[in-house]
Amino acid sequence: MNIIVCIKQVPDTTQVKIDPETNTLIREGVDSVINPFDMYAIEEGVRLKEKHGGKVSVLTMGPPQAESALKEAVSMGCDEAYLVSDRAFAGSDTLATGYTLAAAIKKIGEYDIIICGKQASDGDTAQVGPGIATQLDIPQATYVKKIEDVKEKTAVIERSTEEGFEILETSLPCLITVVKEINEPRIPSLKGRMAAKKLQIKTLNAIDLDTEEDRLGLTGSPTWVSKVFTPPARPRGEIYETEPEEATTKLVNELKDRILQ
Amino acid sequence: MDYLLTEEQVMIRDLCREIVEEKIIPVRAELDESEEFPHDIVKVMKESDLFGVYIDEKYGGMGGGILDLCIVVEELSRGCAGIALAFAGTALGVDPILVAANDEQKERYLPRIVKGALCAYGITEPGAGSDASAIATTAKKDGDNYILNGTKCFITNGGEAEIYTIVAMTNKSKGARGASMFIVDADTPGFTYGKKEEKLGIRASATRELIFQDCKVPAKNLLGKEGQGFITAMKTFDMSRPGIGAQAVGIAQGALEAALQYSKERVQFGKPVSSFQGLQFMLADMATQVQAARALVYASARQIDAGVKDVTRTSSMAKMFASDVAMKVTTDAVQIFGGYGYIKEYPAEKFMRDAKITQIYEGTNQIQRSIIALDMIKKGF
Repeated sequence: MNIIVCIKQVPDTTQVKIDPETNTLIREGVDSVINPFDMYAIEEGVRLKEKHGGKVSVLTMGPPQAESALKEAVSMGCDEAYLVSDRAFAGSDTLATGYTLAAAIKKIGEYDIIICGKQASDGDTAQVGPGIATQLDIPQATYVKKIEDVKEKTAVIERSTEEGFEILETSLPCLITVVKEINEPRIPSLKGRMAAKKLQIKTLNAIDLDTEEDRLGLTGSPTWVSKVFTPPARPRGEIYETEPEEATTKLVNELKDRILQ
Repeated sequence: MDYLLTEEQVMIRDLCREIVEEKIIPVRAELDESEEFPHDIVKVMKESDLFGVYIDEKYGGMGGGILDLCIVVEELSRGCAGIALAFAGTALGVDPILVAANDEQKERYLPRIVKGALCAYGITEPGAGSDASAIATTAKKDGDNYILNGTKCFITNGGEAEIYTIVAMTNKSKGARGASMFIVDADTPGFTYGKKEEKLGIRASATRELIFQDCKVPAKNLLGKEGQGFITAMKTFDMSRPGIGAQAVGIAQGALEAALQYSKERVQFGKPVSSFQGLQFMLADMATQVQAARALVYASARQIDAGVKDVTRTSSMAKMFASDVAMKVTTDAVQIFGGYGYIKEYPAEKFMRDAKITQIYEGTNQIQRSIIALDMIKKGF
């Protein structure tokens, strides 16, 4: 089967500090890493290949330095790597990103499953995966925590919901976004690291992709960031350590006083 | 200091550091306490291709040498020397195969080892430690087989390994010249395990007795010729001693890093204790010793990889010097941790317990000094 994994390179949030003056991220001197949720997507793609055969192509949109993220994905077992990179893509919001990646996927060719992480740790929108599926007009399942079974034309997956989980069957090709419960990403092997070193990354630019210019980059992005700020910390909750009846009365009175008055 | 490693060696080092940070450090105290064999971590080592680093590409390995092996042992030991022994004990069991196996034997065993079949080396017996010529285990030719009888003790990876290289006497009357080396598969009838030892340190490694009772080993598993076992054993020691040195360097490095970090965090008299000169001098001495030990271990490994003929003296020096450094540095690390150094909640005491074995096994440091002195007296410089 043909598997495509979409990844994003993000600043290592374990190192990121916020500038107290401007409330923005201090990016200088911070390493770039693969978005942690995408690590699960890569691992799941490689596991599917190991179980069912086929190949895994990994895809990212970003500046030339995003090559290192692709190489890391290949060291984990992906077979081919595509860098979607062009100045025309700069400033893309989630809509333009989904459009561009979908165009790149059409260019790459046949696929059975597209796997994305549930969201990126920098933007936290969780919109690009569903955006790609919409652009490609294929079924999507978000927050997948288990792929139960894959057949030639269908797959059975388990997705987590706020209440618990649901099991669904989908036709293929489809797109899934995965949560961290799905697997434990491997440490890249020596042979994988060697393969990554030798790998030729294929670059796709705006001309390679069959795209409409006004749907790319800033022009193609109806949303923009007007302000970045740190929300005020939520104050700690209060715990009533008394008998349930007494606590309930107290709670009801508090609610009346503060909210319902 | 730049140790002038190749790009591949840096890759091996980085991989081992990831395994240490992500897999070994979180469980080392628990496995030390429970004396449990680190099966999960061995699986990670297998899947990372570590077991093939020093084995020829022809057999699926990475084609590196003793230095590559030493880097793995050192880096894993920086996390936990006991866990590292699953790898290092295997390398020790493989060394006689690399030294003396014919092509057919290599074809049969090395690809399995690359894929992660654990190995063990069996020479020591209750009555034969430093005096390897006193071995009592016998191997009697019987048609297409040898019949092994005897007991080996203190065998690293005993009971866990699939493949054992065993020294037994094919002709007792000839003494050391009557010893032969065999490859014995774990499932050979007549081969069982005895007591599993409880130890001061390296507690996550399995140290166990091997018992041979009319154990029928195919004659095609004889390594080299009858009577060559002692020579193979000595060549094995030449190859394996830098590995013990590497283990010692790793333990010392782990202890030094822990002590340095603690000294910067621990505040007394309103200042971090690292600001006191008495402690600074200790840290400086420890760092210098570790660096000197590493340089000697790497030099001895490079000498073997370059095919230098007579490596015995340097190999012994590397093992002896690095293990004495490890004992000294880990003891000082405990001292820097003060009262907390003596407490199991902190990592210092484990490094000290683990260090001790490196002065003892693969030939005690007294034996190493004898080897070095006699070699020097005989050959000069």
